[in-house]
Amino acid sequence: MDVIYLLVLLLVGALATYLSGDKLASKVALLFSLGAFGYSLYLLNLLEAGVNLDYTAAWITKPNIAFALKTDGLAMAMLLLTTALTPMIVFSGFGNDYKNARSIYALILFMSFAMAGTFLAADGLLYYIFWELALIPIYFIALLWGNGDAEERKKAVLKFFIYTLGGSLFMLTGFVYLYLQAGSFLLTDLYQLRLSCAQQFWIFMAFFLAYAIKIPIIPFHTWQAKVYQKAPTVGTMLLSGIMLKMGLYSVLRWQLPIAPLAAKGHQYVLIGLSVAGVIYGSIVALRQKDLKKLLAYSSLAHVGLIAAGAYTLTLDGLRGAVLQMIAHGFTVVGLFFVAEIIFRRYETRLIAEMGGIRQQTPKFTSMFLLLVLASVALPSTFNFVGEFTVLYSLFQVNLGFAILGGLTIILGAYYMLKMFQHAMLGEVNAKPFADVTFNEGLLLVLIVAVLFFFGLYSKPITDLISPSIENILIHINR
Amino acid sequence: MDTTLALVLVLAPFAGFLINVFFGKTLGKSVSGTIGTLSVAVSFVVSLMLFMQVNATKTPIQIALFDWIQVGNFKVDFGFLLDQLSLLWLLFVTGIGSLIHLYSISYMHDDEKMHTFFAYLNLFVFFMITLVVGSNLLIMFIGWEGVGLCSYLLIGFWYKNQEYNDAAKKAFIMNRIGDLGLLIGIFILGAAFSTVDFATLKTALETSNSVNPNWIVLAALALFIGACGKSAQIPLYTWLPDAMAGPTPVSALIHAATMVTAGIFMVTRMNFLFSLTPEVQTIIAVIGAATALVAATIALVQNDIKKVLAYSTVSQLGLMFLALGCGAYQVAVFHVITHAFFKACLFLGSGSVIHALHGEQDMRRMGGLKKVMPITYITMLISSLAISGIFPLAGFWSKDEILMTAFHHNIALWVIGSIASIMTAFYMFRLMFLTFWKDFRGTEEQKHHLHESPKLITIPLIILAILAAIGGAINLPGNAWLNHYLAPLFSVAHQEHVLGTTEYMLMGIALAGGIIGIAIAYMKYAKQGQLPEEDAQITGFSKVLYDKYYVDEVYEFLFVKPINALSRFFRDYIETAVSGFVFGLGKATMVLGAQGRKVQNGNIGLYLFFFVLGVIAIISYLFLAQ
Amino acid sequence: MNNILNHIGIENYIFLSVILFCIGVFGVLYRRNAIIVFMSIEIMLNAVNLLFVAFSTYHQDAQGQVFVFFSMAVAAAEVAVGLAILVSIFRNLGSIDIDNLKKLKG
Repeated sequence: MDVIYLLVLLLVGALATYLSGDKLASKVALLFSLGAFGYSLYLLNLLEAGVNLDYTAAWITKPNIAFALKTDGLAMAMLLLTTALTPMIVFSGFGNDYKNARSIYALILFMSFAMAGTFLAADGLLYYIFWELALIPIYFIALLWGNGDAEERKKAVLKFFIYTLGGSLFMLTGFVYLYLQAGSFLLTDLYQLRLSCAQQFWIFMAFFLAYAIKIPIIPFHTWQAKVYQKAPTVGTMLLSGIMLKMGLYSVLRWQLPIAPLAAKGHQYVLIGLSVAGVIYGSIVALRQKDLKKLLAYSSLAHVGLIAAGAYTLTLDGLRGAVLQMIAHGFTVVGLFFVAEIIFRRYETRLIAEMGGIRQQTPKFTSMFLLLVLASVALPSTFNFVGEFTVLYSLFQVNLGFAILGGLTIILGAYYMLKMFQHAMLGEVNAKPFADVTFNEGLLLVLIVAVLFFFGLYSKPITDLISPSIENILIHINR
Repeated sequence: MDTTLALVLVLAPFAGFLINVFFGKTLGKSVSGTIGTLSVAVSFVVSLMLFMQVNATKTPIQIALFDWIQVGNFKVDFGFLLDQLSLLWLLFVTGIGSLIHLYSISYMHDDEKMHTFFAYLNLFVFFMITLVVGSNLLIMFIGWEGVGLCSYLLIGFWYKNQEYNDAAKKAFIMNRIGDLGLLIGIFILGAAFSTVDFATLKTALETSNSVNPNWIVLAALALFIGACGKSAQIPLYTWLPDAMAGPTPVSALIHAATMVTAGIFMVTRMNFLFSLTPEVQTIIAVIGAATALVAATIALVQNDIKKVLAYSTVSQLGLMFLALGCGAYQVAVFHVITHAFFKACLFLGSGSVIHALHGEQDMRRMGGLKKVMPITYITMLISSLAISGIFPLAGFWSKDEILMTAFHHNIALWVIGSIASIMTAFYMFRLMFLTFWKDFRGTEEQKHHLHESPKLITIPLIILAILAAIGGAINLPGNAWLNHYLAPLFSVAHQEHVLGTTEYMLMGIALAGGIIGIAIAYMKYAKQGQLPEEDAQITGFSKVLYDKYYVDEVYEFLFVKPINALSRFFRDYIETAVSGFVFGLGKATMVLGAQGRKVQNGNIGLYLFFFVLGVIAIISYLFLAQ
Repeated sequence: MNNILNHIGIENYIFLSVILFCIGVFGVLYRRNAIIVFMSIEIMLNAVNLLFVAFSTYHQDAQGQVFVFFSMAVAAAEVAVGLAILVSIFRNLGSIDIDNLKKLKG
């Protein structure tokens, strides 16, 4: 029952934000999102104390749909990621003057609500509803508050919307088929299904389309760069920080345990595709002129590695994937925030128009550099823990995958340092660069602190997620 | 007690880093420099204490702090291992580190970002200590990447110059290529033995027979690739000469004395692995010898004083790897230590010269400094004699040991090593003569400002020169303290060279080689007073050498350009194509819709016609079905 | 009972109804006047009704005739509505030529 309050809190928060008017909206949103974060910490506390937080209630009898929420360590970790990032994202908007502010902040909270629901849902249809619900706010955020040419933006956002929606419909078909087999949408019932190889294959493919587009795995990634570029930064943060993780999380929660045989049968193809994404994303990122697009492609590379880890079907792979998801969530939010900070001062996202900033603002440079280093997985950052675990799991499958996936540490360093060099270093820029404000600095410091703290001491998270991942593995290897 | 000491050891430089980062600017230059130096000096004192303890008790100190990373079949402790090897390394890292910090107080005093410089230097020492004291491969890896990072930060210290930034980036990326190798090696060992802890790995490797030997070979090879990256061996050496873009104390500390020896440290640390794989040892020896020779030839014609020293460093590192490849780990360690003394001294000396000439690095614009900078001259002379292997200075003993080992191993390696040594003597004295002898060739204005450097600069020089002179004493043939001290580390006992006729002959040849090299340099540059040609006039083979065999260009052509071209190709074509395909699906739907729309033209007659057609179709179907 | 089918065979009813139906079809396809199209539809409808009645008698089953009543009632309603539409179209456009009625164009 306790979990529901969290969802209610977020929903009420969205409503309250909308009603509070443009002036107060950001503060109310921050208040509610912080409240949600605090409450999820309380839930974490309960979970650690051994309280069963799962919740199931009958909802619709025909067809048999239950309002079922499952809060194990894995869901808890993702929930915490969502509720921790939401206040940060809200806070990052403080420096911007949005028109119709109450709507955008309400949409952010609403999206947070939908994503939290996705992570918690333990009933196929409920999960699907939350999954699609998350799409609506981001569509409007990107469309209404985005930047650049309106026509082009509309095109990019519409493409994203239809693309992801189309992919999800395949997943829905998959669920309907599963319902016909199991007579219920409940996760536990679906786990009990014993499907034949061919059935699993089709279910797997139906889910794969939805997830591959959401994550995204190449070649389903084409919506990503444009949308990241066009969306307002808060939207980009929501997309890359949390929403991508919905796809990856779903792979672990829904796709692999329901159709393990298909995953095992096509393991090399799946890992190959994901690893190809790592290399492709890194190489394309090298020559991007737009900072946000570069980060989008770097994100493509990183999630490719996460997906590869998940498809190894090993304990290390799954665990590394989750760790890396969390690490990547914080890093990418930080990096996009950096892009936003530069944009607030220089009104540009083109790397060529930056440069020579370091001299003017050493503090900001240090924060940026630390984020860059986290992104290239320097040991002692959280990203290293994740990346190391994932690469190790790839090695367990095949040495070649580990080497190819490991190219990310070379190529990643290449494009990130190149970007950093041209964005920050060099002769002093003629345009003055105002030092970061207190709010901006606070947010950056928070993110960096999280990354380094867990980089040195990742045990709490590992302990939190390990039991549920082992449980999932039991279902995969049944 | 040990834990506290170890934490002080590791964290003192880190504290220095933090203070300099947060308060450096307010504290002022001198204070920030002093704090930086003191924090390293504290580490030096602590390592000295621990060293005495371990030297007396002969038992390594092991400290486990907490779990760091947990993977399927093993977990990684955050722990330290303070044994003979790490303490020895700590001594010269923190010792030379302190001296170089001291030196930097004066050297960097005119730089507006002095506190940043000290922050980076402290951070470097912190990571270097972590690298050395880590109790397992992954903690070592933290330090390993961390020193790479500091190297990046310090090479690009003058970040307004994009060329320096390029050099910094290149160093970081080339290091990372090696790091990938190291990671793969860690994976293999971790998967095979369920541990990456040095002590447990050692026992596991020595007792376990179940592991496929191919994996062990592969692991050794992968680790060696890591060592190649960090210690600038062929084919990953090109970053080191470029790294001279950093301030000179950085070159002395990071790119000569400490960081670049990390590869040797790692191989020595993992000696139990490498001893099992003679194939890899052969590769190491060959690569080491090749690097020693190639780098030495390039150094022959360089005119930038720091470039000469850089290639000299690469060459000397090659010699150390030659020793490692022959299985003579003590010898390599011995040379690491003596090399740290004289190369640090040489770099600091060159820094002193550059300082006096206000940034001039071209030896063709120097000369005649002997009279104005006597201390710099004498200290550098001692170090040059040491690196050239002149009896009885430190370099003589260590280099001689290496050559002797190589001789017993394979005569070809000995020949290459000896040629490299002769070249070393030549280019070092070419440097000395061009810089200090004859008349000054710089501008009049520079001439007026010529001066001996202040005490903070000369004192470290003097200390290092003394060490370069007498450092060989730690491992004299017949009284090899170092060999005995390190002996517990190695499973295969090191055979000391019995001094027979062959050995004395080898020593004689090495000494003669050194003297020949010096003599040629003397004839050419001191007696005849030749000057190296200006860049445009260099022709023939020396042009090839001067342009470093065009290796950078080849790499640029083979790797950098293709990757960038591929990136552009992906960006401009593949992305558009894939995106076009997705949009194509949408467009196809639109086209279909446009076609279908033509039928819905509102013509009721047509609708009726289709209606009738439908009826007929149904009826005929019903008839056919019967 | 004196069955009328004994005098005139069932085939004749079928032929008649087919002919009527075809007349209706051609009327619908060829004529442009909406009223005539409407009438043609009615002819088709009645052709079917005729067939219903004929077979009802043939099978000695009254159900067919019940259907006819239904369809006649529905047809009447349909004509009422249809004619009303036509009247309103005529008032608006001044013509009931179906070629002019292209408002449904997609």
